[in-house]
Amino acid sequence: MTTPAAVSVRWRLRQPSVIPGFGLTLGFSLAYLTLIILIPLAGLVWRSASLSGAEFLAILTDARTLHALKVSFGTAFAAALINVVFSVVVAWVIVRYRFPGRRIVDAIVDLPFALPTAVAGIALAALYAPNGWIGRLLGFVGIKAAFNPTGIVIALVFIGLPFVVRTVQPVMEEIDREVEEAAATLGANRFQTVFRVLLPGLAPAILTGFALAFARGVGEYGSVIFIAGNIPYVSEIAPLLIVVRLEEFNYAAATAIASIMLALAFVMLLVINLIQAWSRRRYGHGA
Amino acid sequence: MDVSVRNIRKEFDRYPALNDVSLDIRSGELIALLGPSGSGKTTLLRLIAGLEQPTLGSIFFGEEDASHKSVQERHVGFVFQHYALFRHMTVADNIAFGLTVRTRSERPPKAEIRRRVEELLDMVHLSGLGKRYPNQLSGGQRQRVALARAMAIEPRVLLLDEPFGALDAKVRKELRRWLREFHDRTGHTTVFVTHDQEEALELADRVVVMSQGKIEQVGSSDDVYDRPNSPFVFSFIGDSASLPVTVEEGGIRFEGKETGIAPGAGDIAAGEGTLFFRPQDVALVTDPAAPALEGRVATSRRLAGTRIADIDVGTPERPHHVEIEVPLDANAAGGASIRFRPTRWKLFGA
Amino acid sequence: MAHEIRRFRSPTTEAPLARYGLMALAFLFLALFLILPLAAVFIEAFRKGVGEFLAAFGDPDTLAAIRLTLLVAVIAVPLNLVFGVAAAWAIAKFEFKGKAFLTTLIDLPFSVSPVISGLVYVLLFGSASMLGPWLKSHGIEILFAVPGIVLATIFVTFPFVARELIPLMQDQGTGDEEAALSLGASGWQTFRYVTLPNIRWGLLYGVLLCNARAMGEFGAVSVVSGRIRGLTNTMPLHVEILYNEYNFVAAFAVASLLAGLALVTLVVKTLLELRYGAEIAAGRKH
Repeated sequence: MTTPAAVSVRWRLRQPSVIPGFGLTLGFSLAYLTLIILIPLAGLVWRSASLSGAEFLAILTDARTLHALKVSFGTAFAAALINVVFSVVVAWVIVRYRFPGRRIVDAIVDLPFALPTAVAGIALAALYAPNGWIGRLLGFVGIKAAFNPTGIVIALVFIGLPFVVRTVQPVMEEIDREVEEAAATLGANRFQTVFRVLLPGLAPAILTGFALAFARGVGEYGSVIFIAGNIPYVSEIAPLLIVVRLEEFNYAAATAIASIMLALAFVMLLVINLIQAWSRRRYGHGA
Repeated sequence: MDVSVRNIRKEFDRYPALNDVSLDIRSGELIALLGPSGSGKTTLLRLIAGLEQPTLGSIFFGEEDASHKSVQERHVGFVFQHYALFRHMTVADNIAFGLTVRTRSERPPKAEIRRRVEELLDMVHLSGLGKRYPNQLSGGQRQRVALARAMAIEPRVLLLDEPFGALDAKVRKELRRWLREFHDRTGHTTVFVTHDQEEALELADRVVVMSQGKIEQVGSSDDVYDRPNSPFVFSFIGDSASLPVTVEEGGIRFEGKETGIAPGAGDIAAGEGTLFFRPQDVALVTDPAAPALEGRVATSRRLAGTRIADIDVGTPERPHHVEIEVPLDANAAGGASIRFRPTRWKLFGA
Repeated sequence: MAHEIRRFRSPTTEAPLARYGLMALAFLFLALFLILPLAAVFIEAFRKGVGEFLAAFGDPDTLAAIRLTLLVAVIAVPLNLVFGVAAAWAIAKFEFKGKAFLTTLIDLPFSVSPVISGLVYVLLFGSASMLGPWLKSHGIEILFAVPGIVLATIFVTFPFVARELIPLMQDQGTGDEEAALSLGASGWQTFRYVTLPNIRWGLLYGVLLCNARAMGEFGAVSVVSGRIRGLTNTMPLHVEILYNEYNFVAAFAVASLLAGLALVTLVVKTLLELRYGAEIAAGRKH
């Protein structure tokens, strides 16, 4: 056995443990991760790095690319915003109220996680198209809810819904009733308690949910393309433009757009981690 | 502000948590609600605050019937066991909360609120910590913030629910003494709930002993310790021993034999009853002819300046187990026989 | 004296009107965005009757798509299962440098657009890549063939099992395993008889979600498949083709199978949560 002094000086990958299998499981995990995820992603980064700056800029400043990015980011942002409002209401109703069928409502929230995106896409298109059930009703009041950016927002609301509900819900469940009672004894009415005490406490979770829904929305493809109409410069999303460029064998353009979106995905991942770290440091709990 | 609780009944799902409880709390008094868990003490506190609604009965604040007032209208300061601080607000914002939620016409100007907050921080010895978040404070500091927050609204009554329950023993003792001083300085009518009798006896002007949804006794520490008025209070507060006895011909008998003591004033005069006494209130009887309680030492242990003996009294088939203090020089080895007599006792009818 | 009690409202709930308003809002929102779309799938599938619905499954291309989808799931899910268990074992049972980074890497596919998940394989194996010509000269087909579809599916379903197991196994600690080892069990016996029973419901939960996604993946698969009817068409891709050909009944008929799979997934998931809530609760925290 090594002496304690020797142990403390030596750099070690892991702390000692009697449990076997570290080398095997970590080795396999790393190999698998590298083969399936890292090498292919590195390939994308390498490809985009081999584009010259001028080429890269030309692709990105192409009017169609700019429009596609604008549509993707704009609709994802709008959908995430809508989701924040309604998902907080949905989470509140599930957590706080007791009504028959509550468990079913709770379970159905996960539907967008389980339902294949293409199925969601054609179903939403069937509903919200001008001749669909809801589309026809909206038509009477002059709203066109499909084959334009509004349709994209509808699809992204569907996709993002569980991200916000499932991020906010556990934090809501842990709200201490005594905190609400304390606010009431201090003279706050229910409105003040909700908006000045409860919602600010949920802010980190709501922000995280927003970021998750937004990130997912920007990259979403399957549920969108059926309801979007896919009109270049109007309702063509960035992931679809990647596919279009690929079908034209324009790998450079597909790679450039993809690398921008990948960069954004990393930024969002970072933002989410920062929100969580900030919230933990300040309030002593994660989002 | 006096608080008067009149014939309160509170049911949860048909199960009565409080049953016909009445209590008068005098202005400026520091009063403890003491009882085991499930005795209804916290329910009574929450009813006074307006966090619960009584099934029957009413609550008066002074001359005013507050029974139908909402918790917001009652102007009570409530301090929760787990502090219930708003963790996304700074300490200063927590304390200011009760003032900032007032309607525009009643809300003090910003500068005035800031001044009040500083004053309160000073009062709870937390000056300079106003910009911290609750998460950055110790348990004792958080509880003092909770108290300052409750005081900010100039409450008519201060209500504390197990205020020291979540703190470790050392901080609890410090904070207890500090709360007494705080009360003496501010003079607020204060009601606190506790299951810790030491805390209640040390801190309160009067102690309300509760059990199973009823008030058993209300009185000073001396009253409830020295003059308990029910078997429950006698056994709940302090250490005690009890024996089933009968009263015959003016003397107390245990298993038919004379014990050498007689019923006191207020005790039953005849029939079956239960004799209560405290371990330290006994004297050994050496004269074999004198009547006394007789028993055999089961075990004994040394406790600081005294020795505690576990005695089995009565017939060996049906022994009754009591604990008494014996002098250090007495023979209290296991199996030794011992004869003793209570010097102070209380007899309750069966 | 009995007092008449004025209506009392608990300080921790809203006025009835606000309560019903919020519930109505929540139900309307869920109905518009979740319930109606789900119902639409089945209604559209049976719009022209059961006969037409069943006829959709007489098409050999449809049957080929179902077979391919099952084949892909049968390959992708077990691979990700093995990876998930191995990664969770390394991460949850040991302390080592770079652990947090590794955990973040595992979640990576969740943050990547499905289209990009497909694109990376096109760039790797496509005709314009370095590997492409070599593969072609050796007659190995990856892109626009089953291997490409499997790879893209593995990519997008990669994190499901691992992220379900890691928090669960971290919660359980290493005490049980250390006890088993001290009693003389081998490493494999310890895993088989101590760890596995502790994690089985969380594992099932992860596999379930992984499978649902594997069978339903569209974007990534669409990029690598080439959509050759009867050969490289999975069910979601077949739905798209039928839909674009205005063969709505057939499109929704195939879609209804996938929606049925989603519903089964949700039901089993809910039952697992009800029955073994505590055992898998750790995995639900995001």
